[in-house]
Amino acid sequence: MTKTISETVLEAKGITKKFPGVLANDKVNFDLRKGEIHALLGENGAGKSTLMNVLYGLYHPEAGEVFVNGKLMELNSSRDAIHHGIGMVHQHFMLIPVFTVTENIMLGAETDHRASSNEKPLVILDRSEVSRRVRELSHKYGLDVDPDAIIGDLPVGVQQRVEIVKALYRKASILILDEPTAVLTPQESEDLFRIMHELTQQGVSIVFITHKLKEVLKVADRITVMRAGQVVGTAKPKESTEQSLAEMMVGREVILTVTKKPSKPAEEVLRVEDLRVKDVRGLESVRGVSFSVKAGEVVGIAGVQGNGQTELAEALTGLRSIESGHFTLSGKDLSGKSPRQITETGLAHIPEDRQRHGLVLSYSVADNMMLCDYYQPRFSKGVVVQQKQVDTNAQKLIKDYDVRTPSAFVAAGKLSGGNQQKVIVARELSRPVKLVVASQPTRGLDVGSIEYIHNEIIAMRDRGVGVLLVSAELDEIMSLSDRIIVMYSGKIVATVNREDASREQLGLWMAGAQHEQV
Amino acid sequence: MQVDTTSDAPSKGFLRSALDSMLIPFLAILTAIIFGGIIILSVGGNPILAYYGLIQGSFGSAKALSETAVWATPFIFAGLAVALAFKGGLFNIGAEGQLALGATFTALIGYALPEWLGSDIPAIVHLPLAIILGMTTGAIWAAIVGFLKAYTGGHEVINTIMMNYIALNTISFLLNGPMKDRNPNNVIARTPLIADSARMPEIFEGFRIHWGFILALFVAFFIWWLLNKTTLGFEIRTVGANPDAAKYAGMNVKRIIIITMALSGMLAGMAGSLEVTGLNYRHELGFSIGYGFDAIAIALLGKSHPLGVVLASILFAAMRNGATRMQFLTQLPVDLISMLQALILLFVAADAIIRYLYRIKAKGERLVLTRGWGG
Repeated sequence: MTKTISETVLEAKGITKKFPGVLANDKVNFDLRKGEIHALLGENGAGKSTLMNVLYGLYHPEAGEVFVNGKLMELNSSRDAIHHGIGMVHQHFMLIPVFTVTENIMLGAETDHRASSNEKPLVILDRSEVSRRVRELSHKYGLDVDPDAIIGDLPVGVQQRVEIVKALYRKASILILDEPTAVLTPQESEDLFRIMHELTQQGVSIVFITHKLKEVLKVADRITVMRAGQVVGTAKPKESTEQSLAEMMVGREVILTVTKKPSKPAEEVLRVEDLRVKDVRGLESVRGVSFSVKAGEVVGIAGVQGNGQTELAEALTGLRSIESGHFTLSGKDLSGKSPRQITETGLAHIPEDRQRHGLVLSYSVADNMMLCDYYQPRFSKGVVVQQKQVDTNAQKLIKDYDVRTPSAFVAAGKLSGGNQQKVIVARELSRPVKLVVASQPTRGLDVGSIEYIHNEIIAMRDRGVGVLLVSAELDEIMSLSDRIIVMYSGKIVATVNREDASREQLGLWMAGAQHEQV
Repeated sequence: MQVDTTSDAPSKGFLRSALDSMLIPFLAILTAIIFGGIIILSVGGNPILAYYGLIQGSFGSAKALSETAVWATPFIFAGLAVALAFKGGLFNIGAEGQLALGATFTALIGYALPEWLGSDIPAIVHLPLAIILGMTTGAIWAAIVGFLKAYTGGHEVINTIMMNYIALNTISFLLNGPMKDRNPNNVIARTPLIADSARMPEIFEGFRIHWGFILALFVAFFIWWLLNKTTLGFEIRTVGANPDAAKYAGMNVKRIIIITMALSGMLAGMAGSLEVTGLNYRHELGFSIGYGFDAIAIALLGKSHPLGVVLASILFAAMRNGATRMQFLTQLPVDLISMLQALILLFVAADAIIRYLYRIKAKGERLVLTRGWGG
């Protein structure tokens, strides 16, 4: 197929979609040309997902028209969208974990057969035929997928490929990828970009929704930026920089690099000695790790997801039991102690999964802000919670940490991801602590929130608190850390000072190269 | 951004937080009444007369009111038991067994303690002792299930059902054997009457309403206070809403699961104790025909809010109590009441129907009944 980039395959004109109290899309125009990757960039709540849900037939707009291949379309359901060759890969996959790849791809597709052709409806499940077609599609687009694998056994990156194959199986020629890299490791992201490129070569057109600037500049042919329900502009990657895109997204100047003074490391606050921890499956995932964190410094733990960092952070915060070795906080041995004992010794924990560990989504912001020390005298007299003090504390933290919420009594689940994270950051960093363990503190957040949280972490450091930062984002590690530890396969493969570290070298270590060999 | 300013915030008052969650149940009841009316019409009955009978029979006279309160008392306690467990993320299907055990041991203390001691006991000691023992029995019985859940992962739904069998069959044995009323004329499986010192005083002479009803209202308020105003309540609700976050926050999740079950069992046990000390003055096999199971329906209808539980209990009590009058006036079978109750529950459980009928937008709040099947 030849790449004719001029032909418009999908066009939205003047889309307006209202929700009670908000104008989610305000006369939005958007077009997608054949064989291009068109990035849709914007902060959380800018209206990207609303627009895509309109294009996918899930929302019915108040005004505006959608054209597919030049024809005006009435999209009333995702079924209509699929019928017109539009496929969507959601951020949270729609796969059944206990089914095989083939079975997942077949799901619901039998009716499409009837609708689109005179083929016999699939009454008897014809696995071999579907699995043959899956192989064919995988081969054609360079998607490496084993049709007989069970979904639950596959890594996230491969599950995503299954979603793409599923869309292609339904004859999609327009793919909408909603924040596809949010769940991927850097390597998996690279794979995805390669696949996206391959697909466009074959004539597939892709809408790539994201808020990661680097990715956009790397893979997109065109970039449309949305802010507060409106399209701010469309740009070419060659004529844009991270800075210019960030400013379009946020609507003001954004400082992407954290400005910080040199660190003043003082006494040691955390000492970890020969720590061994097992993961959920009972395999040893932290295999004899020793290091220390001093007051007033940020130690970053770099590594590809799944090399023991998660388990290390969980062990240090008491959420996961340790097999052997020990760790001390301010000289006090805390190995095998409960989360409460560790917290009370002076540890703040920004957990990796904010909705699972960090918050009770049905609770108000105020209640979430006392989640860890509700029983302390500042919140409770005896067994009775002092609601007034809880509210006062919440009002203060909302102001101090710039949490955007209508009030302290709104359920935390109603806030945007960035504001949810700010609730956790406010709660954890406002306590008198000696060490902060921050796991993926900005994962999935928008530029404005990332900027804010990074500055808060540096502010903690400057106040003489030790910070252990665990992150899969190399940029985050590079910009915040004073010292960097690289973990690979449960072990520390390198420790370097920030000044001596380069991206390339860290990347090699993360891929398993030993320190001596580099 | 779409913002819903309501939340599960305990800072809202007792009434306000109850009203927020009462809209759906209220509409469910209304809809059930309409559907019930149609069904009555279709079998040739007069729905107006039927409902008139129902109301007259349950609220139409001092006697009717008293009887409604009598019915409502065990419903409130058992309903609170199930509701409290729901708040803690646990599904206590075992209220029936806990309640019957509470009744049995209260009866035992009530009739046998004076015999064992060989003397009368002052009421001020005997009555509280009998009730406390009943409560404790229920608490321990349920705490076993809590322990199994916390330390072995055994699911409370299965285990409370099993514990029901053990409790009910053991009681059947006791009431037919060692605890059976020895009166030569007695053929029923029941305990002897409890001593006067273990009986609650009457409130109004000639009416069966007893102090248990007043106590039930007081306990309902106490449970609301406990759940929303205390650190223990915060812990129970947090474990119920998000056990991972509870662990992260340093709460002892295992301990809280056991405490929640014990409190739940205690309330169920109290339901049994008060039936014995306030109403029947003995325990009889088959006195509780499914209070513990109606309690699940009541907790659901009351959205697990203590005030909701009280109102749902009174509704269920009124329907049970007014049924006879309805039957007398219309010749409709009493079973119609079960049908109405079933309709109400259907509409509460499948609230999408109600939301559709009355065009109510879905709220973020989700009812967590139980979690961790097989986990």
